[in-house]
Amino acid sequence: MKYLDEYRDQKLAQQLVEEIRRVQTRAWVIMEVCGGQTHSIVKHGLDQMLPPGLELVHGPGCPVCVTSLEMIDKAHAIARRPDVIFCSFGDMLRVPGSNGDLFTLKAQGADVRVVYTPLDCLKLARQFPQKQVVFFAIGFETTAPANAMLVARARAEGLSNLSVLVSHVMVPPAIANILQSPHNRVQGFLGPGHVCAIMGYREYEPIASRFKVPIVITGFEPLDILQGTLMTVRQLERGEHLVENQYARILGRDGNPGARRVVFEVFEVSDRKWRGVGAIPKSGYKLRWEYRDHDAERKFEVKDVDTMEPAECISGQILKGIKKPHDCPAFGGVCTPLHPLGATMVSAEGACAAYYAYGRHLTQGAHP
Amino acid sequence: MCLAIPGKIISAFEQRGLPMARVQFGPITREACLAYTPEAGVGDYVLVHVGFAISCVNAAEAERTYRALEELNQLGELEAPVVGGGGEAA
Repeated sequence: MKYLDEYRDQKLAQQLVEEIRRVQTRAWVIMEVCGGQTHSIVKHGLDQMLPPGLELVHGPGCPVCVTSLEMIDKAHAIARRPDVIFCSFGDMLRVPGSNGDLFTLKAQGADVRVVYTPLDCLKLARQFPQKQVVFFAIGFETTAPANAMLVARARAEGLSNLSVLVSHVMVPPAIANILQSPHNRVQGFLGPGHVCAIMGYREYEPIASRFKVPIVITGFEPLDILQGTLMTVRQLERGEHLVENQYARILGRDGNPGARRVVFEVFEVSDRKWRGVGAIPKSGYKLRWEYRDHDAERKFEVKDVDTMEPAECISGQILKGIKKPHDCPAFGGVCTPLHPLGATMVSAEGACAAYYAYGRHLTQGAHP
Repeated sequence: MCLAIPGKIISAFEQRGLPMARVQFGPITREACLAYTPEAGVGDYVLVHVGFAISCVNAAEAERTYRALEELNQLGELEAPVVGGGGEAA
């Protein structure tokens, strides 16, 4: 059964590639926004199946990658405290700060724990009332409802020993930032499927019309990505710039309003610094004033720290689709997933790490 | 990290005022919060992200997506330890 389906999927994939080939008349550059999409593209070699001249570049949608070095250093400062149980999603453990990573801190005796869901922190806070439980609340809009619910419940239950270190980022300001760059190459986007499951896609409509770029909200499976690419190429060829929804089986234009209600009860939009990219105005969430008692930055008074990124790292240009991992002299040499120099190598969803995982550092010039 | 995994609700219950469920993902069963999918009930399939159902999906779609994720080795978050069950976090 499994093999039959795989065969069917392969045939469908070939048909989609054929159709792209049929409608495409000139070169186009399309960016997939999500790290999960990047991973799927590189793993299945989808970019290499596409006709010549059609280039996929990889976007900034890896929240672990773009969490600023300052924020990671703050996390480490808090996690080092003997009274703290520091909780994080697993992907964050190997991300290097200015001095090592959370995994190393744990080995040195810090109480660092991986949680499956933010709600696990409620259990820990109840179980260890004499300890301070701190959750590293990172993520795009997809993760915000879960993190917001943690804070809302902590307040409702009066768990004063539970706080969150918030480093939330939003997709639309990042897309606008890319399009405003004088070096921008991106002509169309595969939009973020699961972000839009929460947010819907109304907020992408003004971006598509202002910058005259098609945005096709797309899923994560190979067929989703090929179909999203086809829909984008069709629009580009027709000179259209609409928001379309390839992922309609999961989401509608309004997303999940109930989830958004809790997000905006707890968080408000704020400026945010992105690793590799820099500060983007109104591109993240911070806790509302009413929830300040659960703000780890206030509680532990972690100051801004001076940080330095390696000068040779080009992750900022990769995150904006200006360059590819191969364009970096450090890629696969001094910069590897075990010793990452910058944002796009630090997590499996980063473009450099995905290229490395699937052996692309061994094949120079593999992209069109 | 924005990946969401489809699973089937096998039981539903309330925990300190939050609607919760046991959700089956292939061979693994985990708890998920249903606060954001109030329409979902036992037997329904939901898309789960970091322990929260964010959207409903149909059964065929759920099966297809689960297999695709399995192939991508993207089911790691389901292996995170259960907190409160006495287990030490990895």
